[in-house]
Amino acid sequence: MGLPQIKGAQAREVWRRLGAVTDPELDEPITDMGFVERLEVRRGEVEIAFRLPTYWCSPNFAFLMADGIRRAALAPSWACAARVVLLDHCYAERVNAAVNGDQSFDAVFAEMSDGADLSELRETFREKAFLRRQEAVIRGLIAMGWTHAQITGLSLAGFDALNLSNQPEAAMQKPRYREILVADGLALLPDDPAFVTWRGDPLPSEELGDHLMRLRALRINMEFNGAMCRGLAAARYKEVDRSGEEPELIDFILGRVPPREQPASTYGASPDSPGHRG
Amino acid sequence: MFKTPDGKEIFVLDCHTHFWNGSPENQRNVHGKQFIDCFYAYHTGLSPKEQLWEKEKFEKQTVEQVYRDLFIDGPDDMAIIQSTYLKDFYKEGFSSIERSTQLAEVNPGRFIVNGSFDPRDGEKALEYIHYMKETFDIKGVKMYTAEWNGDSKGWKLTDPSAYKCFELCEKLGIKNIHVHKGPTIRPLSKDAFAVGDVDDAATDFLGLNWIIEHCGLPRLDDFCWIATQESNVYGGLAVALPFIHSRPRYFAEIISELLFWIGPEKILFGSDYAIWTPQWLVEKFWDFQIPEDIAQERGVQLTDEIKEKILGLNAARLYDIDVAAKRAELAQAPIRIAAE
Repeated sequence: MGLPQIKGAQAREVWRRLGAVTDPELDEPITDMGFVERLEVRRGEVEIAFRLPTYWCSPNFAFLMADGIRRAALAPSWACAARVVLLDHCYAERVNAAVNGDQSFDAVFAEMSDGADLSELRETFREKAFLRRQEAVIRGLIAMGWTHAQITGLSLAGFDALNLSNQPEAAMQKPRYREILVADGLALLPDDPAFVTWRGDPLPSEELGDHLMRLRALRINMEFNGAMCRGLAAARYKEVDRSGEEPELIDFILGRVPPREQPASTYGASPDSPGHRG
Repeated sequence: MFKTPDGKEIFVLDCHTHFWNGSPENQRNVHGKQFIDCFYAYHTGLSPKEQLWEKEKFEKQTVEQVYRDLFIDGPDDMAIIQSTYLKDFYKEGFSSIERSTQLAEVNPGRFIVNGSFDPRDGEKALEYIHYMKETFDIKGVKMYTAEWNGDSKGWKLTDPSAYKCFELCEKLGIKNIHVHKGPTIRPLSKDAFAVGDVDDAATDFLGLNWIIEHCGLPRLDDFCWIATQESNVYGGLAVALPFIHSRPRYFAEIISELLFWIGPEKILFGSDYAIWTPQWLVEKFWDFQIPEDIAQERGVQLTDEIKEKILGLNAARLYDIDVAAKRAELAQAPIRIAAE
């Protein structure tokens, strides 16, 4: 699961944008998972090849990622065309035909997924990502000794002021949680509660226990897929696992260090300002 | 038999094993190659380093090796061999009842060989169930709802053709229905491994035991919900258990959910041999304790008494095995391995 060779400023820009495309089931950037195998830009034309952990990976996830890659590739103002190639997959031909416009993307997707709607599927996984990131932050707060009432009473401003430096997982998920929270309008003003349901309802403190049980069940399912995926990818390509190693020059060149610490939105106070208990 | 560090002898019934042939000679097409490659990836992904096998050894095992891995080096007293055909992928089938029966006959009393059928075969499936009962006196079957069959890429336990088969199973006393509900091989929205159909089938066939292999993972919550409602639904630990090595805390969360929801009487040990071998799985399981914070949150603990039930006593009940009598019988019949 290495990195593709990235040459030129335009390719670097696309690579950075690809960092926002996640594996829907794992909620991790495809660039961190090592799925992107080739990235080339020639006269404004972007070509990206990607590969999933197994030949059998769910085609609808392959569709979502291919779609996200296409959007990321076409996002720069200079980009005039994009070609996305899924490699070594049981439905590679269909996915590639659909994503590159040879066939209607929505029609092929609907046919392959029993009529499911792509945007519905995207929404489902956005919800899962939101809840999983939320759980990571809340578990961090619990580990720091926060009570349920303190957690459910936390405002967005208080959230932004949190110092989670002793809880690495919570610290990593904090900006990612905030990104969905704000982008999807679940919290907008500094006084809005920071922890809400996916429907935007506030969480009463006496319901937080049950809520956390549901989040745990969701995480168990997602982590199972994640562990399987990583194991399968490592075995398939016999490549060295680089996660956890010191970043190398290429990581700095590509702006991958630190990959997740930048606030995803410009709203509100700095996410890393000194500690504050709600 | 597994001997605990303080000398107690634990009866081990390994509920989920295979005697497969995934070798290139038996592969019908690229799907056959990709299927065994995927299994091999599970093996390399979750096994301790010292337990890793060469690809060739993994693709096809000898009779001698199976006996060694399960009963000599391994702690199994008995093992259930599941049949999985995948005829669209493998010329002679992936693991057939005939081949597994030959293996079992080398040392009688050690194996329970289960059959399999495909309800989409219609009348032929019913005839085949009769054949398996008459020829092999099967007590159980393994259902693989995501198996390809021509244009069909899967079926449901609630399909009318499946209900006809289950009616026949009940009539013939084939009462243990193992269902693969586990890692996704080819999941679409209409997911052949979704667990919802178990709910209806288990309600409609109360005389059958429904053993859900892999506990529905990655849909553990759906499975727990169903297994809690239905008295005749059980959970098989195959694939969940190997996490005990690579991610013990994660395994603790899974087993805690199972203990909390479905209870210690309905969880069954399975090594999923030859993906993993039972020796290290059982050793680690016996040593395992659920971390304090998880145990406290769920109000469960994995006591020795519960471990003994999971490792063998629960499954013995489903297969009408008198454990004391079986132990005496096996003590009189040490494993013999014929020269290959």
